[in-house]
Amino acid sequence: MSLISAQHISVSFGAAPVLTDVSLSVDQGEIVTLIGPNGSGKSTLLRAMLGIVPLSGGQVQRAPDLRLGYVPQKLAIDRAMPMTVRRFLSLPQTIPDKAARAALSRVGLAKMEGAQLAALSGGQMQRAMLARALLTDPQILLLDEPTQGLDQQGEAAFYRLVEELRLETGAAVLMVSHDLHVVMAASDRVICLNGHICCQGAPHVVSSAPEYRALFGLGTQGALALYQHAHDHVHDGASGPAGPAGPSKDAFGRSPSDPHYGHNHA
Amino acid sequence: MPLVAALLIRIMAITMLDDFLVRAALAGIGLALATGPLGSFVVWRRMAYFGDATSHAAILGVAMALALHLPIGIGTLIVALAMAATVSTLASKGWAMDTTLGVLAHSALAFGLVAISYVPSVRADLSSYLFGDILAVSRADLMFIWGGAALVLALLIWRWQRLLTATLSEDLAHASGINPAVERLALTVALAVVVAVALKIVGALLIAAMLIIPAAAARALSRTPEAMATIAAFIGAQACLGGLALSLWQDTPAGPSIITIAAVIFAASAAFGRVAQR
Repeated sequence: MSLISAQHISVSFGAAPVLTDVSLSVDQGEIVTLIGPNGSGKSTLLRAMLGIVPLSGGQVQRAPDLRLGYVPQKLAIDRAMPMTVRRFLSLPQTIPDKAARAALSRVGLAKMEGAQLAALSGGQMQRAMLARALLTDPQILLLDEPTQGLDQQGEAAFYRLVEELRLETGAAVLMVSHDLHVVMAASDRVICLNGHICCQGAPHVVSSAPEYRALFGLGTQGALALYQHAHDHVHDGASGPAGPAGPSKDAFGRSPSDPHYGHNHA
Repeated sequence: MPLVAALLIRIMAITMLDDFLVRAALAGIGLALATGPLGSFVVWRRMAYFGDATSHAAILGVAMALALHLPIGIGTLIVALAMAATVSTLASKGWAMDTTLGVLAHSALAFGLVAISYVPSVRADLSSYLFGDILAVSRADLMFIWGGAALVLALLIWRWQRLLTATLSEDLAHASGINPAVERLALTVALAVVVAVALKIVGALLIAAMLIIPAAAARALSRTPEAMATIAAFIGAQACLGGLALSLWQDTPAGPSIITIAAVIFAASAAFGRVAQR
């Protein structure tokens, strides 16, 4: 059965709808990634599923007594608040020293127990938050653009760590990302979002879907093409790797200038 | 033997409480026990102006209490609660807090001073409400102060982990099943109680200072939230005792003397922090 699921949820900020009729579910042990352009509601969807953002419609269902670990996009630590990494791990549940040490060394922060949270680098901070999320022995990890602000190496290392943790603990992962190339490699399932779900499926299926191309093909053509040449060996020769090349019609007969190009509003 | 000892201690306590200086010192220490941890939250959550608005409203509470023949403590508590709740509500509705709090803080003070001018008996000792009158603390006052401080301290200790998590990040709190709005309410209530308790000691104008300065002074000396709250309480108590001494020695007003000492401790701690960082 699924660990957490959203059923036809909608979210609006004031009068502006951010998410419309979105349904998704995450099963045990799978890595699901939400992608979409800026402002497409990826983070909002994750936050709505956590109960941080109120729903204007639909509902979120969790497996009974679900243990989840959450790593927010960013943690703005005010220097006015003294907080060591060790103390941070014990919020809100008090954690024994042994477990805290194990979690820190697992994420590569073994000697940072006494460091001030505000003094950590971006990558260290993400790892500290991941360590804290691991301490509840989560069945699912929810990660909101966890590699924002990291360099390519740090980013790759972080996703490698997430994948290892999934193997070790069996925890499912639902994450938001805009790092297309890494996402494509590390996910079981990709959900492409733009206020509503545009398309979803296995990474190679989504990357060749016309809806996906409509959202990402033009803007990130170069990088994506480069990536696909280097890493993606599932080529479907018919459409080529680099998205729409010219004013071709999409699967629904719309041209790229149409605002609904690539979307199915049936 | 233990009975005799207990009796002796009791007699000593009773006679000591007859001394106004001992009562003043105990009042100051009681207040510091509450303002240390609560002031830390005020600093962490950047609620300084919030403290101002709530404490300035206390003057309005004094006017109300006198008009309705209520105890001063009850009057200030009610008005401080109302003000804290108003500010909290406006904040959650997304008002521009800087301006709103400025308007509320100064209006509360002005309205309070105008209202109190209708009560002739108070006009003479208005300054004791503005700057406190710690040397006139009675036994009943002392019970009110220690009772209020104990209440605030108990509330903060009870919710400590949740308060810290919600202060660090409302999102993390939500994800851990903590409702940040409840924790905000707890701090709002604690703030109103502290305002009512502190009015007699440092006065409406300096309550916020008693919250912020010891906590700010403790920051440079602390590595964890618990250390900061404890050190802030200690510094607050030292400021009270030092301020009382200064007041006796130089015949200065007690409330402002307490804050003066706190400010000096802050300056020393900030300088020490600078040096320690190098």
